Amino acid sequence: MKKTSSKIVAKVDSASISHQVAREQAKHTPMSDPTPGFREMKSVVVRFAGDSGDGMQIVGERFTDTSVTIPNSIATFPDYPSEIRAPVGTIGGVSAFQVHFGSTKVLTSGDAPDALVAMNPAALAVHLPDLVTGGLLVVNTAAFTEDNLKMAGFTSNPLDDPSLAEKYILIALDITGLALDALKESTLTNREKLRCKNFLALGFMYWVYSRPIEPTLDYITAKWEKKLPALAAANIAVVKAGYFVGETSELTIERYRVARADVAPGIYRKISGNEATALGLIAASQRCGRPLLFSGYPITPATSVLEALAGYKHFGVTTVQAEDEIAAIGVALGGSYAGKLGATATSGPGMCLKSEFMGLAVTTELPLVIINVQRGGPSTGLPTKTEQSDLLQALYGRHGESPLPVIAANSPSDCFSAAFEAARIAIQYSTPVILLTDGYLANGSEPWLVPDEATLPDISKPFADESLPYVAFARDPQTLARTHAIPGQPGLEHRIGGIEKNEKGAISYDPEVHSLMTRLRAAKVAGIANSLPPLEVNGDRSGKLLVLGWGGTHGAITSAVTALRSEGHAVSSTTLRHLNPLPADLGALIQGFEQVLIPELNNGQLSIIIRAKYLVDTLSMGKIKGQPFKISEIRERILELLNA
Amino acid sequence: MATATPNLPAVPELSRKDFVPSNEVRWCPGCGDYAILNSLQRAFPELGVPRENFVLVSGIGCSSRFPFYMNTYGFHTIHGRAPSVATGVKVANPDLSVWIITGDGDGLSIGGNHLLHLLRRNINVNVLLFNNRIYGLTKGQYSPTSPVGTKTKTSPTGSLENPLNPALFALGAEATFVARTLDTNPKHMVETFKAAHAHQGISFVEIFQNCVIFNDSTWDSIYGKDNRDEQMLFLETGKPLLFGKDKSKAIRLNGLTPEVVDAATTPPGEILTHQPGQTSPLYSHLLATMGQPDFPTPMGVIRQIEKPTYETLVHEQIAQATAKRGPGTWQELLHGNSTWTVA
Repeated sequence: MKKTSSKIVAKVDSASISHQVAREQAKHTPMSDPTPGFREMKSVVVRFAGDSGDGMQIVGERFTDTSVTIPNSIATFPDYPSEIRAPVGTIGGVSAFQVHFGSTKVLTSGDAPDALVAMNPAALAVHLPDLVTGGLLVVNTAAFTEDNLKMAGFTSNPLDDPSLAEKYILIALDITGLALDALKESTLTNREKLRCKNFLALGFMYWVYSRPIEPTLDYITAKWEKKLPALAAANIAVVKAGYFVGETSELTIERYRVARADVAPGIYRKISGNEATALGLIAASQRCGRPLLFSGYPITPATSVLEALAGYKHFGVTTVQAEDEIAAIGVALGGSYAGKLGATATSGPGMCLKSEFMGLAVTTELPLVIINVQRGGPSTGLPTKTEQSDLLQALYGRHGESPLPVIAANSPSDCFSAAFEAARIAIQYSTPVILLTDGYLANGSEPWLVPDEATLPDISKPFADESLPYVAFARDPQTLARTHAIPGQPGLEHRIGGIEKNEKGAISYDPEVHSLMTRLRAAKVAGIANSLPPLEVNGDRSGKLLVLGWGGTHGAITSAVTALRSEGHAVSSTTLRHLNPLPADLGALIQGFEQVLIPELNNGQLSIIIRAKYLVDTLSMGKIKGQPFKISEIRERILELLNA
Repeated sequence: MATATPNLPAVPELSRKDFVPSNEVRWCPGCGDYAILNSLQRAFPELGVPRENFVLVSGIGCSSRFPFYMNTYGFHTIHGRAPSVATGVKVANPDLSVWIITGDGDGLSIGGNHLLHLLRRNINVNVLLFNNRIYGLTKGQYSPTSPVGTKTKTSPTGSLENPLNPALFALGAEATFVARTLDTNPKHMVETFKAAHAHQGISFVEIFQNCVIFNDSTWDSIYGKDNRDEQMLFLETGKPLLFGKDKSKAIRLNGLTPEVVDAATTPPGEILTHQPGQTSPLYSHLLATMGQPDFPTPMGVIRQIEKPTYETLVHEQIAQATAKRGPGTWQELLHGNSTWTVA
């Protein structure tokens, strides 16, 4: 392997120095080291980064799929470039995939990478600042050409800077050259061979983290063996070559092991937030007995909900790609009116456009699910980045007194349950419901313990009884939901619309009628609280500090609080699924704590609500950077408060 | 009507009064909308559709109050957006007979985008666009069909905007059925509404309608008693394009340009024959653009061609997917393509 080793620059000395640094990192407590050369880690974050043409997403996906078989607890996040086809080698063209895997419960895609694979200088420039000091840095030296360095904004080759190897465990590999070497016998063109280099990096990382390569070989075989056997053979050869580089080279870096996690037994699949949202809607349509009619307009990061549902026609799903955001909700509302489960999904700016129709849905009291996959705003803002800044819009962003239920999903797989819950409320209470997810949940993915369909409740509600006289706004005494007659039901012909109506459904401008109907609509929504389960609290139900979160910050908050509790700190947390109405037991829970900290990815919107509703002096912790919370950020803030 | 085949439920015989609700109609006395309402109430019982299968969807404006005055299912939605709600209704249940009631402001200004896409999708719904060339409900502002120079409260020195030609707009979107009718001719309205219903696909009907308060007599130069013979040309399929008193005038093509000729002295072969089924758009565009000052305004069905309807194709795709993959199962939904088991 002389030839191979000549392509490797192993910074052995500095690597061992870096390990001293790494050991001092508080984040990962080294476990006992049963095998020399291996270090046991509780959890590791690996980020693959390269040009968008370098195949980083597929490599990240493969690494994830291998890790779930261990099994490890896992969460991932893809970071696509915002430009569709940025020039090769530029900063704008960098694509990355981060995977967080652990032997303990992993709830986020990780604060900062412990290992970074940089396939070119631009990837290094973009992602090196995130790498933890002492972390593993694997670079493809072949890509560090003068042109590429220039495009990445480097005036000199950073690999020549000795401080790089002092700060990180630097593994400088000629990944391209190694891949070409492995493919000497291949019939692929040189261009095709070059495209295989991502699998070499993957093979190498499998070696570093002691992961089996077989699941990837199986994947390659299944994907290409039949149609492109030469490509399958090449990728298999390159994965193996990458693994053997580690095995046979003179690298003396430590390898890592992440033990199997104590994962609940059962059948699992990997799922992203938007996929889970789509499946939750279909499951709800099956359980309410109304086929799904979904209409959407393409908008980042909500589009993949529409895309996913378009593939489920054999579940009776109708999808309509509307001409704009307004039409999309109009089509969904028309579908609901005619007896389907109507739903639409969008992101912030689309919500602005839909707001007039939401008002119509509120006053006509028709079931409708409106999903907002939140992104950074206002206006175009940060279309590919995450934020939770549409909470107040969801609660109040309509003219008139127009309350509607608002719920939020708290993890990628939780989008399934949240979408189901949104549909339950919509059907049972005959009301539009807003479901808030966000870009981080939508694109992130995690293993999902597949539910047994028998655990999904019946959420059906009959349409109006044709044998009785029909009164359009007669209400169920329990839920205050109005009776819904659908076109085609003989004898129940009636008119509804946006103009104020009396309890019989007839147009009325009477001041008392407007007052009564406004209060009835509000009471109906408020009454949903009666159907909610008690809040789940992570920790004690009283004490010094409650960390109150909602939606996608659940993972970071729960991880921070769980760790602090295991260290003996008196802190609890809870995550709100329901933002309107708030759970009936929230007030009492809040009263049990001396302080309430509310971390959210906005300027303190939930904090405003909690202050107004419970007259509590909440401590707001806002972050508006288009990025999710790091566990460490929340941990530090909690410690500050506890130690104050 | 009691002759329905034994296997099918009989459609109960309906009359105009079945479509008249108990509530009071509240348009201004003398409004053209009354005649349109009356004509639709006369047409509906003749369509062979059970009353519960009619759905009227409207936006905002005087005309959009219409659903409240028809004893059918009715949805009075928001300004300009009726086409999207109607699309949802029709896709949800293609058996329904869906009628969009709109006006020149609702349909062509605030709702122009939705109308455009409704037309191009060829959804089997009917659009009745009441064109009074004014905003009536907001008490008299110029609309997208008001002629240049229209003086209103928002255009005290005359409007500057080139008006839209609704039929041409519909043809531009390649609507498969485009017709014109007028509020002063109940017989023509009833026939046009029946033809619209019979057409499988989008049916766009522009109705010249008088606003007695804010734009009175706006159509008199076309359909007024003294002008109507000279200024309107009533289209009949397969018949020559004749108009004028005693049908003495005809339309002939000179190259690609129409010209008015004397019917008696022009060889019959040179006179244009009405062929609404021509798939080429040239003829229908020619008709839609004819009008004052040089030509009579064609009334009736300008275009009618067959194309698959959107909702049919949507449900065909669902049926095909179901035939190919089998009805979806919980196992498939929840497990997807790839799972793993943790023991």
